[in-house]
Amino acid sequence: MWVLLVLVVIVGLWVVSAYNGLISLKNQTVNAFKQIDVQLKRRHDLIPNLVNAVKGAMDFERSTLEAVIQARNQAVKVNASGPEAVKQISQAENALSGALSRLLVTVERYPELKATGNIGQLQEELSSTENRIAFARQLYNDTATQYNTKQQQFPTTLVAGLAHAERTDLWEIEDQAERAVPQVDLSRR
Amino acid sequence: MTSPDGNLFQQQEANRRRTTWLVIGFVLFFAWLGFGGDYVWALQGHHPFPWVGILLTTVAIITAWYTYKTGPEKVLWATGAQELIDPKTDAERQVANVVDEMAIAAGIPRPRLWIIPDDDPNAFATGHDPRDSHIAVTLGLLTICNRDELQAVIAHELGHVKNLDVRLMTTLAALVGAVLLVREGMGRMMRGGGIPTRGGGGRKGKSAGPLIAILLALWIISWILAPLVTQLLALAVSRRREYLADAMSAQFTRNPLALASALEKIEGAAAPTTAIKSGAAHLCICDPLGRRLTNREGWLADRFATHPPMSTRISRLKGMGYAQLKKEGGSFTSSVSG
Repeated sequence: MWVLLVLVVIVGLWVVSAYNGLISLKNQTVNAFKQIDVQLKRRHDLIPNLVNAVKGAMDFERSTLEAVIQARNQAVKVNASGPEAVKQISQAENALSGALSRLLVTVERYPELKATGNIGQLQEELSSTENRIAFARQLYNDTATQYNTKQQQFPTTLVAGLAHAERTDLWEIEDQAERAVPQVDLSRR
Repeated sequence: MTSPDGNLFQQQEANRRRTTWLVIGFVLFFAWLGFGGDYVWALQGHHPFPWVGILLTTVAIITAWYTYKTGPEKVLWATGAQELIDPKTDAERQVANVVDEMAIAAGIPRPRLWIIPDDDPNAFATGHDPRDSHIAVTLGLLTICNRDELQAVIAHELGHVKNLDVRLMTTLAALVGAVLLVREGMGRMMRGGGIPTRGGGGRKGKSAGPLIAILLALWIISWILAPLVTQLLALAVSRRREYLADAMSAQFTRNPLALASALEKIEGAAAPTTAIKSGAAHLCICDPLGRRLTNREGWLADRFATHPPMSTRISRLKGMGYAQLKKEGGSFTSSVSG
């Protein structure tokens, strides 16, 4: 009788802790996904300033600058929701990444531009921005993988239904063009 | 031992498990020091109130609480570090950005960043928990590291922050301190005859059994060796946490080879970091004082170091880099196999 009672209590405690663990991971995953948005928003806000900073010096590369501004405005406009959202957002953001890297390549071509302080700052800010987005995605993928593994592993999988745990998708690069992103050397001492 | 190979997640897991065992060993030894003696006392027929255990525990809690409360401020103040709030130069902007990026990768709030005016490359982390943490880097580090290496070093420090290593190491240091303090006090009381009952087993009518005598002897020997044993255990935990922080850095940057090359550069810079005192040594990227100790090969030198040997750390990082390259199907070039 006593053994049975102890057993029930132990199982009960385990269910509670497994359930709470899953819920915590679920919320971490959601939060990590939102962090990507935060970083994308930061990039959108940064671009107008950056473009203004180089506009005067780069009058002759108007088309490159305009491509960046256009891609940025396109990315800001995307306001989709639902399953299509991730795809649309990533398409617009990929286009923006492409335009930005073309701008950086252009800057590389003008050593006298690089010599002025503004451009050095611009490069640092841009590479940092791209890094932030990449690291936010990495965190999301790591957290989501942890969440997916946990809910599929025995014995936690027994509680997965109770916690409404469902497999979450990882952030993948769909566009082949971004896979082959041009390597821009931004390393500065 | 953890295997030197394996990807970064396997290495993290192995180091976590080993820390757990070390901490369990530490706590058991500590309990034996405190309550073991009381137990022997009770077996001898004395009143069973656990004086030594309660005294030791109280002293430990007070020291832990005190160091925990005053620790971070003291450490930072002692190094002469200045907080970087408004970055001005390119190097400052870069390090501020790198800290931002790594905080995102680690998924923790951005720590406060401090610059230490010292030419030797080093860095350390401190603070109570991830919500209130500090990272300090020396000027020397900013000058010798490129962006990737700087990122890897900052990621190592954020690994300490995320693993709550400050809390763990402060607690262990406080326990070591408590053992020293109580041992000193007991020695004094014994010499001054403050406790007349101590050693007075013969006063009792019945003779103590051999088991009790052995236990008592063991307990006294434990106390004689206690400072050494607790110190060695704490250092073993510290080295484990270094390996773990290296593996965390590899997770955050996905570039273990950058940390390997940063460590090589840091090792190459000869001068000791005079600004960082020994109190923060276990949270630095490399030992600021005992560099000769961490470099010297040999079993004994290894036991007394806060950090594992540089060569082992570098070879493990390269192992992680190799595992990563193998997964990605890349080729392992000779430049990283050294």
